[in-house]
Amino acid sequence: MIQVQGLHKKFSKNQVLTGLDLDIENGGIFAILGPNGSGKTTLIKIILGMVIADKGAVSVFGKPIKNKWKYRQEIKYLPQIANFPSNLRVRELIRMIKDLRQQTSEEEQLIELFGLKPFLDKKLATLSGGTKQKVNIVLAFMFDSPLLILDEPTTGLDPSALISLKELIQKEKEKEKGKTILVTSHIMQFVEEVADEIVYLLEGKIYFRGSISELMEKTTQTDFEHAIAAIATKTTNA
Amino acid sequence: MKHLSGLLVFLMLISGHTLSAKTISVCASCSVKSIKSGIEIADAFDTLLIKKGTYKEFNILINKPLTLLGDKFPVIDGEDQGEIIRIASDNVTIDGLFIINVGTSYTSDYAAIRVVKSENFLIQNVVLEKLFFGIYLEKSNNGRVYHNKIIGDAVDEYNSGNGIQLWYSKNVEVDRNIVQGVRDGIYLEFSDNITINNNISTNNLRYGLHFMFSNDDIYTNNTFENNGAGVAVMFSKRIKMVGNTFKKNWGAAAFGMLLKEINDAEIYGNTFEENTIGINIEGSNRIQYKNNNFIKNGWAIKVLGACYTNTFSKNNFLYNSFDISYNSKLNDNVFDQNYWSNYTGYDLDKNGIGDVPYRPVKLFSYIVNRTPETIVLLRSLFMDIIDFSEKVSPVFTPDNLLDANPLMKRTI
Amino acid sequence: MLKILKYSFYDLMRSRWSYVYFLFYLALGFVLLFLNNDVSKAVITLMNVIIVLVPLIGTIFGVMYYYDSKEFTELLLAQPLKRSSIFLGQYLGVACSLTLSLVLGLGIPFLLYGLFKSDVIFDFSLLLVTGAFLTLIFTAIAFNIAISNENKIKGFGYAVLAWLFLAVIYDGLFLMSLIIFEEYPLDSFSLAATMLNPIDLSRTLILLKLDISALLGYTGAVFKQFFGTNQGLIIAILMLILWTVLPVWRLVYKSKKKDF
Repeated sequence: MIQVQGLHKKFSKNQVLTGLDLDIENGGIFAILGPNGSGKTTLIKIILGMVIADKGAVSVFGKPIKNKWKYRQEIKYLPQIANFPSNLRVRELIRMIKDLRQQTSEEEQLIELFGLKPFLDKKLATLSGGTKQKVNIVLAFMFDSPLLILDEPTTGLDPSALISLKELIQKEKEKEKGKTILVTSHIMQFVEEVADEIVYLLEGKIYFRGSISELMEKTTQTDFEHAIAAIATKTTNA
Repeated sequence: MKHLSGLLVFLMLISGHTLSAKTISVCASCSVKSIKSGIEIADAFDTLLIKKGTYKEFNILINKPLTLLGDKFPVIDGEDQGEIIRIASDNVTIDGLFIINVGTSYTSDYAAIRVVKSENFLIQNVVLEKLFFGIYLEKSNNGRVYHNKIIGDAVDEYNSGNGIQLWYSKNVEVDRNIVQGVRDGIYLEFSDNITINNNISTNNLRYGLHFMFSNDDIYTNNTFENNGAGVAVMFSKRIKMVGNTFKKNWGAAAFGMLLKEINDAEIYGNTFEENTIGINIEGSNRIQYKNNNFIKNGWAIKVLGACYTNTFSKNNFLYNSFDISYNSKLNDNVFDQNYWSNYTGYDLDKNGIGDVPYRPVKLFSYIVNRTPETIVLLRSLFMDIIDFSEKVSPVFTPDNLLDANPLMKRTI
Repeated sequence: MLKILKYSFYDLMRSRWSYVYFLFYLALGFVLLFLNNDVSKAVITLMNVIIVLVPLIGTIFGVMYYYDSKEFTELLLAQPLKRSSIFLGQYLGVACSLTLSLVLGLGIPFLLYGLFKSDVIFDFSLLLVTGAFLTLIFTAIAFNIAISNENKIKGFGYAVLAWLFLAVIYDGLFLMSLIIFEEYPLDSFSLAATMLNPIDLSRTLILLKLDISALLGYTGAVFKQFFGTNQGLIIAILMLILWTVLPVWRLVYKSKKKDF
């Protein structure tokens, strides 16, 4: 589904990715983890074509994405920081995204699920961070596409919304075989619950890839959170 | 006086006709076939009725008091041979002729109609085309040039002549003529007490109207458009210029009016519109400028050299690129109670006069005088800032050059 | 692209600033015409406003909109949309709404005043066309500056500096060089220097109408050819189009390379 080869990216003097290779096959939930500034968001944005790599090749659905934009039709993306044009109302925003994508959508259920009905006619500027994130989730999940990219989806969510989100992710996975979900998060509990595979980024490369049990085995930890912390300290010590 | 003499001529003609004068018809099928032979057989105060047709004649000498009356504009074709009609007698009238193809010469000033040392002449309803000089009055007084149309096709100044020229002539009335496409539309040299009214002088190579060494003349209600320069008044005294229109005289040396060494003139109620320079003044003193309109000129007034005790009052300066331009730091002229469209002051006491004086000379006009290419910076913000600072504390412009009583509304 | 344009345009039409801009021009038009009662004078004052204010507003508004709509841009970038259409759409949205405010704001009072009966209609339409061009050009320059500077404060600074340079400083340097080199034939140089600054270019275009009498007073052959015939008008308009196209082209080029 996604092939990444020899990816390099530098932001002014800050080298973020140094020859990253990644191959994500169809199906499954992949958690991309790593310390702050390890390049998780950059990697996601390169896959989405929002950031342009200095070197390396990226293919999505088997085709190189360079200077292409139509492939994004098949991707749902949940950005990290839910910022929206502040002048718009929620309803207008949803209508606009639908208009732009021209795909069938099922926003009604999602609005119901996250209890957004009373906010539909409010301007986005007046919404709280959590509510904005809910709108963000609705926008990402209302279309049906084979690839889902979620960047810190849990930010600002209350517990019930978090449960709904997890259910949504599970539902997506079951709905159709071969659906791929990329997710980044700092909430290890959430990762542990949803992820099939972990991709751990460090210093611009993939440091570890495998299932949670493989990770625990490798770090000789019994707890997932500690295991993650262990790779981080191990490398800083080394 | 002039009207009286004109009337006198008319009465004499009428009475001459009824008493003893006869009318001689000239035409191709008449017994008299040419104008020359007609003049030969005519007695004094006879009328030559020239019928429609083309007469190929030149050097026609009228040496007795006659009336040459054209019937339906007969054509006199000079075939470029030289002068066509010469009047060398008092009391001659020429009316309703179409004269073409005057000869061009570099040594003598051939004219369509030349009046030499004669009085009480009347030239009217004449149409001149393809000419060198048109109507040339030489030492001839008390005559009238009325309602003629002179259409030249001059290209270069050196081989073209003037439409109506007066040389050492006095008390002549030039009225309702149309002159175009010649060197000077109307030219006066050593001619005093001339009245020039209601003429339209356009598209001439040099000047629409030109005075040289001529005094006590008056011109009113004429229109001068698109000439090399509208009117040039040079070395003359006591000229009155009233109610004329000077328009679209465009070019590097183009003026609505050029005043050079003029004293004691009166310039009232004229309109200067869209000329490169409205009035260009050089060495002219004691001139009254009143109730004139200066509209959309490049420079409304450009003052060069020494000009003393001129007074500019109750004029309208509207949307000129520059109102006044000076080339010296001295000013002995008075600007009072004019309306300036560029004035930005206020009138708190509501007496119709601005409370802050207006300075009509901008620093930028100095810069343009010095470096003409800077004209492309006209109306730029930078120039406005510079002009403003000069306005606040004048350094380059004459300190006392201001209108202390700028009007808030247009006059007239 | 049209969809982005539509949304940007709606977004701006909803924003307070478009109305402030529109009302400003409306008030200006009414004050100039109905308090002064002098159309020719109004046109001259308007020229000064258009030459100075329109570029300034275009610049500030452009930069402001770009930074303000960063979230919107990011949202759009994740959608199946072409990058160039996102930026072109936003640019055109801003430029069109500004132009519309200008044209309507000034046009309404002039229409009410009965401009069509007056012979300054051509001067006035030329003013509006020039104003529209200046809006397009300076909004494009502002977008260029904003897209090259992540830092909002820096972007604003550069944008205002760019305006100040083109509106005032450039002419100062231009004047100085004309005076320093006054012994040399300068008419080609001065025309070229005029072409290189969109504000000067627009000013020249208006001068061709308002001050043609003064412009023809200069003897240089190149000037005469430029100002005396239609050549000046045609060249000036072509240059204005070029001035619009170049920054827009750079905007598209830059947008393809930029990371978000």
